[in-house]
Amino acid sequence: MNNHPLVQLTLARMREFYREPEAIFWVFGFPIVLAFALGLAFRNSGPGELKVGVAAGPGDSALAATLDATPQLGAAVLDNATARVRLRTGRIALLVVPGDPLVYRYDSTRTESRLARLEVDDALQRARGRTDPATVRDERVVEAGSRYIDFLIPGLLGMNLLGSGIWGVGFSVVQARQKKLLKRFMATPMRRSHYLLGFILSRLLFLFVEVVALVGFGRLMFGVGVHGSVLGLAAITILGALAFAGLGLLVASRARTIEGVSGLMNLVMLPMWILSGTFFSYARFPDAMIPFVKALPLTALNDALRAVMIDGTALTALAAPLAVVAAWGAVSFVIALKIFRWR
Amino acid sequence: MAGLDLTIAAGECFGLLGPNGAGKTTTIEILEGLTPPDGGAVEVLGTAWREGAEGRALRERLGIQLQETQLADKLTVAETLQLFRSFYRRSHTVDEVLALVELEEKRGARVSTLSGGQKQRLSVACALVSRPELLFLDEPTTGLDPQSRRQLWEIIRRFKDAGGTVLLTTHYMEEAERLCDRVAIMDHGKVIALGSPDELIASLGADQIVEFALADGTTPAGLDALPGVKRVRPGPDRIALTVAQVHRAVPALLGLVERQGAELSLLATHHATLEDVFVALTGRQLRDE
Repeated sequence: MNNHPLVQLTLARMREFYREPEAIFWVFGFPIVLAFALGLAFRNSGPGELKVGVAAGPGDSALAATLDATPQLGAAVLDNATARVRLRTGRIALLVVPGDPLVYRYDSTRTESRLARLEVDDALQRARGRTDPATVRDERVVEAGSRYIDFLIPGLLGMNLLGSGIWGVGFSVVQARQKKLLKRFMATPMRRSHYLLGFILSRLLFLFVEVVALVGFGRLMFGVGVHGSVLGLAAITILGALAFAGLGLLVASRARTIEGVSGLMNLVMLPMWILSGTFFSYARFPDAMIPFVKALPLTALNDALRAVMIDGTALTALAAPLAVVAAWGAVSFVIALKIFRWR
Repeated sequence: MAGLDLTIAAGECFGLLGPNGAGKTTTIEILEGLTPPDGGAVEVLGTAWREGAEGRALRERLGIQLQETQLADKLTVAETLQLFRSFYRRSHTVDEVLALVELEEKRGARVSTLSGGQKQRLSVACALVSRPELLFLDEPTTGLDPQSRRQLWEIIRRFKDAGGTVLLTTHYMEEAERLCDRVAIMDHGKVIALGSPDELIASLGADQIVEFALADGTTPAGLDALPGVKRVRPGPDRIALTVAQVHRAVPALLGLVERQGAELSLLATHHATLEDVFVALTGRQLRDE
């Protein structure tokens, strides 16, 4: 069993991979670093305290004290020149100019400024004796899976599957071709299918580590859970890894040099990094582009991963995106086999 | 490649000898079934090359070492052999083949840490692991130091002594003379001479070479009339005479030089080699100079 060529080819692939520290970092470390940094930068703390300014003038400190006493607001008295600069650079959301009438100076296209307008006005009117006719009570809820990190982790998982599939398979195939190792294998009775299957098997074994590392990190660090079935998630990642390994073989099927294949890889991956909704929702692209974007394998995979991880969707409801992923994989693999340069 | 007609017998060591670009690698790769020939028939161990199961069955019986292959740097010696071994139904164990090429102490070393000679022995080990009937070696000792070269010769000789057939290419005439039962000398894609090293050297009609140069760099007249001289070949820095009897030719040469009032700056004699055969056939040196 241990002497089966498929076992040995898979072992060789894995050894070559884990003995390359850079590869380990790019596959396992980098997505975690990225998730950590982006998770910190975009944590959902709400709008927080809004900064407003009070222009120097009669009664300015009283106004500032009233506003500052409101929990949602932070206020300070500013001279005219400073106030103008801070308003322009967004360091204060709104400037109150004392007098009669009171003047609110703000940019109405900025969400924060409009929010400040409401809060400031509310605070000042109440301070001058306005009474509210209706009694209200706030009820705050946090919707599970609505944070940026919840959106990000499945996207990074998808991106990671794409990257390790294309890099992992592509580079090693072209390197073997460039070093004439592929030709040397052709001089043995080795079956070509075993060689290609060895890549795919080793990808599946590493996949397990990749997924557990990233999902586990999201869970421990940011409490990102998997709302759907874990088996469903496993099935989707396996399908994704197979499809991208196929794409990697296609990218590497003809190239003779590492430089040549690097260009091809970027050509394939770069559009998907931007378009496929890894870091932000692809709904931001114009409507005319959406059908094209949705036909990309990474988009379909990200959609399926998010559906399972965030919404808890069952696999059966994900036939469409999974079919897109599978079709890309199957077609790439078949073409790769046909045009593969073996020496 | 033009009109190559070769038959290699079982149990012999056959050498393709020629300068770089003579077509040695193309020839051996056609025989290995890696390059399809433009025409003609190729039979290896009595079978023609075919795709699929028949081709694989033939490969089971061959051991092939390619000139440019770089084995995976990150794998150890034993892992590399284990991998190659897995492709064959019948093979040496890793320990057996390590002993054949004397790399036992490098068993656990990464390929990247091996010296040039050790890498080459590993490459030959990957070819020997299949217990081949026929071993193909393409420039097995090119670029190696003399000691590594002798080690490889020893490995090849042991394989041959155990009944194996070897086809090797080389541009070292010394290697061909020492290892090969028969040699085909190639130039510009053609075989220009074929025979055992002794036969080819004998074809010169004389088995000694006398090389000399005059201090003033001129070539004296009347050299071909000297007793025992078969051929005169002026070179860039010396003149080479192919002679049958050194004991007669050298005193005559010295007399000629003295009569002309010239002075020798070099005089040397050696037994004729395949190099001299190549030079006699092509007028060029075997190695690029």
